[in-house]
Amino acid sequence: MNSIALTIDGRPVKAAPGTTVLEAAATLGINIPTLCYLKDVNELGSCRICMVDVKGARTLQAACVTPVAEGMEVATSTPRTLRARRTNLELILSDHPQECLTCIRNQNCELQALAEAMGLRESPYEGKMSCHPEDWSTPSLARNPAKCVLCRRCVSVCQKVQGVHAIQTMERGFDTVVAPAFHLPLGEVACVLCGQCSLVCPTGAIHERSQVEEVWAALADPGRHVVVQTAPATRVSLGEEFGMVPGSIVTGKLVAALRRLGFDRVFDTDFTADLTIMEEGYELIRRLKEGGALPLFTSCSPGWIKFVEHFYPKLLPNLSTCKSPQQMFGALAKTYYADKAGIPPDRVYVVSIMPCTAKKFEAVRPEMNVGGTRDVDAVLTTRELGRMLREAGVDFAALPEEDYDRPFGISTGAAAIFGATGGVMEAALRTAYEVVTGKALGNLNIETVRGLEGIKEVSIDLDGLTLKAAVAHGLGNARRLVELVARGETDYHFIEIMCCPGGCIGGGGQSIPTDAEIRQRRMDAIYTVDERMTIRKSHENPAVLTLYEEFLGEPLGLRSHELLHTHYQPRSLYPGRRESK
Amino acid sequence: MHLYRAHVLVCAGTNCSLKGHRAVRDALTREIVGRGLGDEIKVVETGCFGLCEQGPTIVVYPEGVLYCRVKAEDVPDLVGIHLLKGRRVDRLMYREPTRPVAVQTVPELDYFRKQVRVVLDNCGVIDPDSLEEYIGHGGYTALARALEDGPARVLAEVKASGLRGRGGAGFPAGLKWEFGAKAPGPIKYVVCNADEGEPGTFKDRLILEGDPHRILEGMAICGFATGARQGYVYIRGEYGLSISRLEHSIRNARELGLLGENIFNSGFSFDVEVRFGAGAYVCGEETALFESLEGKRGEPRIKPPYPTEVGLFGRPTVINNVETLANIPAIVNRGAAWYRSIGTDTCPGTKVFTLTGDIVNEGLIEVPMGMTLREVIYDIGGGIPGGRRFKMAQTGGTSGGCLPESLLDVPMDYDKLAAAGSALGSGALLVMDDTHCIVDVARVFARFFLHESCGQCAPCREGTLQLHHILDRFTAGRGSREDLALLGRLAKTMAGASLCPLGQSVPLSIMTTLKHFEPEYLAHIDDRACPAGTCRPPAGGMKPAAAGNGRRGY
Repeated sequence: MNSIALTIDGRPVKAAPGTTVLEAAATLGINIPTLCYLKDVNELGSCRICMVDVKGARTLQAACVTPVAEGMEVATSTPRTLRARRTNLELILSDHPQECLTCIRNQNCELQALAEAMGLRESPYEGKMSCHPEDWSTPSLARNPAKCVLCRRCVSVCQKVQGVHAIQTMERGFDTVVAPAFHLPLGEVACVLCGQCSLVCPTGAIHERSQVEEVWAALADPGRHVVVQTAPATRVSLGEEFGMVPGSIVTGKLVAALRRLGFDRVFDTDFTADLTIMEEGYELIRRLKEGGALPLFTSCSPGWIKFVEHFYPKLLPNLSTCKSPQQMFGALAKTYYADKAGIPPDRVYVVSIMPCTAKKFEAVRPEMNVGGTRDVDAVLTTRELGRMLREAGVDFAALPEEDYDRPFGISTGAAAIFGATGGVMEAALRTAYEVVTGKALGNLNIETVRGLEGIKEVSIDLDGLTLKAAVAHGLGNARRLVELVARGETDYHFIEIMCCPGGCIGGGGQSIPTDAEIRQRRMDAIYTVDERMTIRKSHENPAVLTLYEEFLGEPLGLRSHELLHTHYQPRSLYPGRRESK
Repeated sequence: MHLYRAHVLVCAGTNCSLKGHRAVRDALTREIVGRGLGDEIKVVETGCFGLCEQGPTIVVYPEGVLYCRVKAEDVPDLVGIHLLKGRRVDRLMYREPTRPVAVQTVPELDYFRKQVRVVLDNCGVIDPDSLEEYIGHGGYTALARALEDGPARVLAEVKASGLRGRGGAGFPAGLKWEFGAKAPGPIKYVVCNADEGEPGTFKDRLILEGDPHRILEGMAICGFATGARQGYVYIRGEYGLSISRLEHSIRNARELGLLGENIFNSGFSFDVEVRFGAGAYVCGEETALFESLEGKRGEPRIKPPYPTEVGLFGRPTVINNVETLANIPAIVNRGAAWYRSIGTDTCPGTKVFTLTGDIVNEGLIEVPMGMTLREVIYDIGGGIPGGRRFKMAQTGGTSGGCLPESLLDVPMDYDKLAAAGSALGSGALLVMDDTHCIVDVARVFARFFLHESCGQCAPCREGTLQLHHILDRFTAGRGSREDLALLGRLAKTMAGASLCPLGQSVPLSIMTTLKHFEPEYLAHIDDRACPAGTCRPPAGGMKPAAAGNGRRGY
């Protein structure tokens, strides 16, 4: 490829065709400030913060969307560009509440950081501010359009990456607002609550709905026995809440931190991830042998479940009936564990630490209960746990490494990789191969299902039966794959879908920022966790085997059916309108 | 073929329609038939004559006598006196403000004598619904000639003519066509931009109403020259008459094989569809227009890529304004050299203007490029009514600049007006007399942009609100010198950093009012007084800003 020669601030630089001025400047160590820009997702040039002076151009140009050109002369910090950036930022701030101290994104806000970097000290404008109602209609996410800077990252991620189109820009000019169609609340449209919008929002305009207060109250209640579970992906991201480099593995510190907060037992969702492999693996084998809807879709990802319910209700029979590991854990905590520990089930309070906002919705689904008691009582995202720990003054970096409590703290490497796209598939294949063929799998690393490729395929020979499987992550990719399935153009037996890009490591409840590079680092860390485990196959988890022995009997047995499996419901595209009746 | 001894042309443009041309037309037909003259005299509805202020207007041929403000009650006299006895009805004849004598015929009018009609050649002359009349006036011969000449020669001719885009930016049309022709790909489009949104502009509407086939012919020639087979006319949904005439014309042209497959057996196929806009000003910007035409939210795209590379539906697209396309048949038929003989060196040809505001002859005119503002306002427009004093003229619509009396002798073409700090723009010409407060006028401009900003980019979305707020403070007697400085800073950033031409042009109108009428601003600020006496609260009664209006710190 020919490279293009240009100068930026008088310094020559070469860049590949299609490179933007912003990217070319970065190679020279010039970081042009941006606000709306989000690489590969939102390249609109609409905030006009990254303005640069291009010689010969009539107006200033937005560096994020201006491609390099041969002989181009760019100046990044002229009085004209600095004034334009500053005025644009002042204008954005003129329509933004000055509530930084009480904002959920205080000190993790791109707008705040920009204002600091540009040294703004006063707001010269006093025209009116936009006024749109807050939206607290979902258990997962809350919207506060007053804080919206209309960067449209959320719209782009919802439409282009997830293909859900739950939100868009409405109205015009100063009245423009990002909102669901017809200004309905989020809870009344086909939003899957994945929270990718909250992950990319530069401000506090859309954020997770915090349950921190409920958890503090439960911990303070002497009548409660509060147990906590930690999702696989949280152990490779929580460190970022405390300034550690992305991909830091903090499993032991996470356990220690939760003990410091006063949880009575610290357990691991990885345990029920192993259990899921047993139940789902046997479900697959049963469908293959005895008939049943194929391909079988995984059901760990609640955003994905809600997506199917809204957009592909005809495929509901193809979803695995297995509850997600989070819900399996809750159901067992309030039965098997409560019984073993001699605690009345109604005193057990289950908290989950999740990389996910949709898990909050999953926990309050009416079908997710045992005999009328909710499986899971409160769900905290990685971000909320970070806040709790900071509030409690826990010096995270200085914590020792501690082990999970037993029995639900015992897990395998197969469970750990649930946190990355392809992980459930890899774990399932490790078990399916050995259970069906009776032979040991030589190399446990099934590389073809790893990585950030949108749709991955694998086939594996199970003693005569060639099992064909596929993996997709991000609902945009999922939709492409599901369309093929819905049209009958595939012959897959088993498909893993994770709602969020990269899987749970890129979940909507994860640490901010989460970008492509950070997702990759967390993913690498997940596989390191797997490599370090002594046991790396779910069917070899001794605690799971004991559970079957003592309590469940066998996979897909009666107790499993009652506690670990569930059902789904079709949802309309405007659920609030129909289903609230 | 039947020959009539007289034709009565009734203007059926929107302005005359609004003033009741239908009643006049019906009364004429009744009267003529009633007197047994149906075989001798024909009543014809035409497009706009231009003298909208004087409507409803009719012209009686063969003499070419213009009658103004005609009512149905006048019809018995018109028929009885003029058409039967051959005498003119003096009381209905047009009187020029400069000469109290009634003018006899159309060619004698100053209003028409100074005009050169290329685009409006057929307007007010032919029945726009009649394809035969268009052909009778030379219609579709340019397309036939183009098909014989081949695309390269057509392209060369349009390039050589020096025709510049009449939508406002003045980009060389031939160059745009060449980019379109060179763009690779099997599918290309021609789009006619008829989303005439600039306040005070109604030329495209009257061109489409008066001579719709000229646009279709221009589009077909453009398609032939650039390799497009499909054209779209994106037109304001409010332009009901233009739409119905255009659709009628498309049907007729298809029936005669002038649109559709294999035109004139040449192997060239081209068809046109009409799509309606929903009234957003920003959709006149070409890329926002594409978005809207594709069924999306009308917001401008980032350029590059330009429309000739990636345009409508992602395909190379040549998009031209109505007036640009209306020039094409004449250029193809009469040649680039002829075209260049009109107008100025850098801006050949004519320009259609719409005269509005405090001017005697509100209406539609076409003059050679380079005519001065003074000639247009006083010689053609008839000057300021009621003996009041000229204050300023705004050229190019609300996004254009305001010019004071001292700049009345600026020649009107793209370059000279830009040099004078304004813009030729779409050809709107708004004249204001000294009863208007310039600050209040600027506030109204700001309110327009506040309403029409699409909301995509920050400087325009937030800036239009703040501009309006600052100007509102001035007119309320609450402005300060700091506000004036802030206004200037805001304007510079909006002009330099907005995403599309809408936001970039917002400051022009407002800042030219400040540049040329600063003392009037300062009177509002320093003296809390409105020299024109129109601002509220009344001048003299304005009080300093209340405590609650101090700046917000943070």
